Amino acid sequence: MSGNIALLEQAIAGARAENRAALVAYLPAGFPTVDGGIAAITAAFEGGADVVEVGLPHSDPVLDGPVIQTADDIALKNGVRIADVLRTVREAHAATGKPVLVMTYWNPVDRYGAERFAADLAEAGGAGCILPDLPVEESEAWRKAAEQHGLATVFVVAPSSRDERLAKITAAGSGFVYAASLMGVTGTRVSVGAQAADLVRRTRATTELPVCVGLGVSNAEQAAEVAGFADGVIVGSAFVKRLLDHGDSLDEGLAAVRELAADLAQGVRKR
Amino acid sequence: MSEKPEFFLPDPDGVVPSPEGYFGAFGGKFIPEALVAAVDEVAAEYEKAKADPAFAAELNDLMVNYTGRPSALTEVPRFAESAGGARVFLKREDLNHTGSHKINNVLGQALLTKRMGKTRVIAETGAGQHGVATATACALFGLECTIYMGEVDTERQALNVARMRMLGAEVVAVTSGSRTLKDAINEAFRDWVANVDRTHYLFGTVAGPHPFPALVRDFHRVIGVEARRQLLERTGRLPDVAVACVGGGSNAMGLFHAFLPDQDVRLVGCEPAGHGVETGEHAATLTAGEPGILHGSRSYVLQDDEGQITEPYSISAGLDYPGVGPEHSFLKDSGRAEYRAVTDDAAMQALRLLSRTEGIIPAIESAHALAGALEIGRELGPEGLVLVNLSGRGDKDMDTAARYFGLYDDGAAEGAAATSTGAGAGDGQ
Repeated sequence: MSGNIALLEQAIAGARAENRAALVAYLPAGFPTVDGGIAAITAAFEGGADVVEVGLPHSDPVLDGPVIQTADDIALKNGVRIADVLRTVREAHAATGKPVLVMTYWNPVDRYGAERFAADLAEAGGAGCILPDLPVEESEAWRKAAEQHGLATVFVVAPSSRDERLAKITAAGSGFVYAASLMGVTGTRVSVGAQAADLVRRTRATTELPVCVGLGVSNAEQAAEVAGFADGVIVGSAFVKRLLDHGDSLDEGLAAVRELAADLAQGVRKR
Repeated sequence: MSEKPEFFLPDPDGVVPSPEGYFGAFGGKFIPEALVAAVDEVAAEYEKAKADPAFAAELNDLMVNYTGRPSALTEVPRFAESAGGARVFLKREDLNHTGSHKINNVLGQALLTKRMGKTRVIAETGAGQHGVATATACALFGLECTIYMGEVDTERQALNVARMRMLGAEVVAVTSGSRTLKDAINEAFRDWVANVDRTHYLFGTVAGPHPFPALVRDFHRVIGVEARRQLLERTGRLPDVAVACVGGGSNAMGLFHAFLPDQDVRLVGCEPAGHGVETGEHAATLTAGEPGILHGSRSYVLQDDEGQITEPYSISAGLDYPGVGPEHSFLKDSGRAEYRAVTDDAAMQALRLLSRTEGIIPAIESAHALAGALEIGRELGPEGLVLVNLSGRGDKDMDTAARYFGLYDDGAAEGAAATSTGAGAGDGQ
C-alpha cells in the first residue's frame, strides 16, 4: 500500500489556491493516552488544521523544550510503543481523511528499520516523515524507502543554513520544507523570529516545494504574520500546552485544542 | 624524558576517521540542521589549528606550565600484591591541575574557542571534573561559562559544584530524565542550538558528532604518548595490558591511542557494572548495549527494543552514561580492545586498597580501572606488566566513599571494621 504524499501535497496546494497558508498542527502520540492523543488530533483537524504531525515520543528529545518534553515523558511512562504511534496515524487519518505525518528522532526508526518503518507508516495511511536529527548526508537509505512507499521526507532548514546547504537539502526533500523560525528548541515565543522571512525567501530561491514555518508560533496574530510570507504555519507546543493545562479533563483539553485550531485557522487566512 | 616534549601530536599514526567522521560503522554526524554550521566550523577551525605551529606551541606551553605535564608514572608495588604479583604502573593524570585528565582537552578546545571568536562556553559534566576543568579554562581565558549537570550529580559531587562556582561558572542543575550526565548533555545541546552564534559547546568526551570524537581524543593522546615513553624508560618494555575506565571514554582513548600500533599490548576498558550487569542497574554500554544513535553519533547505546535510551546506573557520576565514544565501538568490534564490566563494589574496594597501600586516593571512575587491573594482574601472574590510567583524584568522592565505608563520626564503628578488612579489600568481588 502506498503512502499519502499526494494528499499532503494537495492539502498545501489547496490552501494556496484559497490564497491562505496551510495550518499544520503537531501533537505527540500517546499523550495524554493513546486514545486521548487520537482524539486530540481529530479535534485539531475539526478546528481547522490542514495537516497534523504526530510526534513519536522519545526518551531524549534534545530539540524539544519543556512542554513537549513533559508530554513525551507522560506518553513513555504510559508505555507508548511504535505500534501505538502507527495506530494513531491510522485512526486519525481514517477518521478525517486528512494527511498525517510522523515527526520522530532518528534512533527509533533506525532501530525499527528504515524500510520496515516506511512500509508500516504507508500501510497505516501516513503521508510522510519529519526527521529533525537526521541530516541530509545520512538520509539516503531512509529516502529510498520513503520514496518507494509513497511517503514525503520533510527536511528542516534553519536560519544558520547557508544557501548552498539549503539547495542540497531541498533537492533531497519532498512534501514541504520545514523552516525553523529561529535558533532554538520547540516552545512558544513572544515573537516569531525576524529571521524567518529571510529564511523562507532564501529557501524558496532553491526549490518549488512549499515552505512551512515552525517554532515559537502560538497564536492567531503570529500565525497571520507568518502566513504573510510562508506556505504553511506549524504549531506544536501551544497545542500540547492546552492539553497539559487541562490535565484533569480530557474533554476540556480537546475543546481547547479545537478552539486554538479554529483561532489559528482564522490567523492563516489573514495574510 | 626528551628535551623538547611535544605534547600536542595530532594522530600521526593511529586510526583516522573518514571525512564523514566514521570509525568503521561508528561515528558520523547525526545533528539537527541548526547545528550543522557550528559543528562544521569547529571541524574547520580544528584543521586550521592542527596545521598552525603557533597553536601547538601555545597548547604545549599551557600543558607544561599550567597543567604540569608530563604527569608522573608511579609504580605501586604494595597495591600490586593484590594483583597476582604483576607489576602495576599508574599514569598519574590525577596530578594534573584541576585533578584529572579532563584539562588536556579543555585547554585545547578553549584555544579553539578563542580562535573562533566565541565568547561563551557551555559544557556538560557528570562527576564535575570536566565542568571544573572547563570553568578553570574559562577563568583563565576570560570566557563566560555555563555548566550543565544532572541534579543527581550536583548532589553526589557537591564539592565540584562549589569549585565551579568559585571559578565563576554558572552551574545549572538539570532535572529532566534520569537527572545525570545524559540529561546534562541534552540540556547543553538545547542551549547550544539557541545560542550558537557566540557559544562553543566544549564537549567533554570522545563521543558526540564528528569532529568531537577525534578532536577530544587528539587532545588526550598525550596520556598514552607520555606513558609509553615513560614505561619504556623505566622497564625497557611495553606493558602487557593498558587499562582505563570507560564512561564516554576520553581517558581510555587518550591512553589507548598511542598503543594502537603495538599489537602485543592488550587494551582493556573497564565499564561500570553498577549493581551487576545482570541486574539491569549498570552503565556498561559496550558490554550490554547495541548500536544506535545518541548525542550525535552512531555507537553502542543502552536502549530498549524500540530505540528509547534506558536509564543507566553507576555509583560513579562520571561513568553513569548510556552511550560511549564511537572509536571504542570500533575497537570493540575489530577486537583491538576488550571491554569488561566492574561493579560498584569492586571499584570501591579498589579505591580503598590503593588509598591504604599507596597513599593515593583515586576518583571512583579511575577505581573501576584499578579493579580491572587487579583482575588482569591475577590473570597475567608475576611476569605481567600492567599500565593503568589513573584518570582523576578522589577528593570529590569523599562524601560518597565516607558513606559507603561508614567513615563519618556517627559511623566510626563501621569505619574501624573497614580498617581491619582493608588489606584484602582488593579481593572483594
